[in-house]
Amino acid sequence: MGKVAARSGERILGWLALAALAATTVMSLVVSPPDAEQGQLVRLMYVHVPAAWLAYLAFAVVFVSSIAYLKTRKARWDRLAAASAEIGVLFTALAIVLGSLWGKPVWGTYWTWDPRLTTTAVLLLIYLGYLAVRRLPDSPTRRARWSAVVGVVGFLDVPIVHLSVVWWRGLHQGPTVRLLGAATIAPLMLAALLTGVAAFTLVYLYLMALRLRVGRLEDRAVAEALSPRVGRPVEALLSEEEGADADQAEVPARG
Amino acid sequence: MSLARQAAVMARKDLRIEVRGRHSLSAALPFAGTLLIAFGLSLGPGRTLLQQTAPGLLWLAVLFSSVLAFRQAYQTEVEDGALEGLVLAHIDKAAVFLGKAVAVVVQLLALEAIVILLVAALFGLSLGDDPAVLAGAFVLGTIGLGAVGGLFGALNESPTARESVFPLLVLPLATPVLVAGVRATTVATNGGPGGAGSWLGLLAAFDLIFLAAGTLVFGYLLED
Repeated sequence: MGKVAARSGERILGWLALAALAATTVMSLVVSPPDAEQGQLVRLMYVHVPAAWLAYLAFAVVFVSSIAYLKTRKARWDRLAAASAEIGVLFTALAIVLGSLWGKPVWGTYWTWDPRLTTTAVLLLIYLGYLAVRRLPDSPTRRARWSAVVGVVGFLDVPIVHLSVVWWRGLHQGPTVRLLGAATIAPLMLAALLTGVAAFTLVYLYLMALRLRVGRLEDRAVAEALSPRVGRPVEALLSEEEGADADQAEVPARG
Repeated sequence: MSLARQAAVMARKDLRIEVRGRHSLSAALPFAGTLLIAFGLSLGPGRTLLQQTAPGLLWLAVLFSSVLAFRQAYQTEVEDGALEGLVLAHIDKAAVFLGKAVAVVVQLLALEAIVILLVAALFGLSLGDDPAVLAGAFVLGTIGLGAVGGLFGALNESPTARESVFPLLVLPLATPVLVAGVRATTVATNGGPGGAGSWLGLLAAFDLIFLAAGTLVFGYLLED
């Protein structure tokens, strides 16, 4: 813990992610055929869908690690939630931008009040709120508790937001674009899509590893700055923050 | 004391403060009025457009002014360190949440009664078509808002939260209340398409989820 240099596992993950992205580029631009109706435009799917998938994966991780933090009070769960939320917001925004670039030529408009688009936009706003809450409190433990509550409640809100906008559009049938419907997608397209999903997931894991290392270093820097003032060794402060009784330690904000 | 009794004591305390000081309604009501006039000026004066958009404008006015009411609900606790007393008091934290939520719901219902009458007068919204659905939409919607506000109002302890973060957090979370409330109100007033049953059901589901979640997690926000 606290090493500045990347571990070898992290480096390997980075190279794997890069290789998978290269494979996605080849699969989506060269190997997969153009669509019968959309032509070349369908290739946007191979980055748009993986980005949207990552957004939901990242926020599910925030939800799980928020619950884990509230149960165990270990700072590592808070760092995990924070890292995942930042990456999730990035990929939600990316999915929306890519989706509207795709929407312009296909639907004739950058934005339509489609239930999925609307839910994704609300999702982005909820997690921007989450990140804003993370900047509020002056004590790390309080910040961790407050943001964990938002991480839990925000995720519970998502299905009901989606249901409300689906009904709002008066669409009671299934999704408008059945991407994985058996007959509607050619095997090569499916392969390209799955390569994209795998590549983006690797990118997520790599970014998480990177962000978690930064989070650990931040915590260590705070502990090192604090140690002479409170007259206790760095390791003791760090392990206290990991422990369940960290609530008593009033430490100034990190970062 | 049981949880319900403790929550009732909290709610009574908050409502007594509001009745004596009127801190919340004295800010929220003029704000709602200002919004309605601004909506009228930006969309009017054509009668048809105003009538069509009236349910949406009504709920927007309620939603935005509810933010002021939530803020005020915890403002009294932050002043004079009353919150520490509340944390130390030998009561269930969930009772604090439920009590705050109930008090805010009562205040908002009073606010909404006036706002509805204002909208009926200003935008020509007809109220007589289905009063039961209208009342149901507002009661259920307000319980949902009260649950969200009672839960995250505790963040107002931090001065930065009061200014910007709180609305940024609460308004997106309340999306289902806005959507379902407006649709149910449209059905109740203009006789819009379809029944209001599913919308009222959605509001009730939202209420249950947020009341349950709030009861479970509210303690983590206060514990210091």
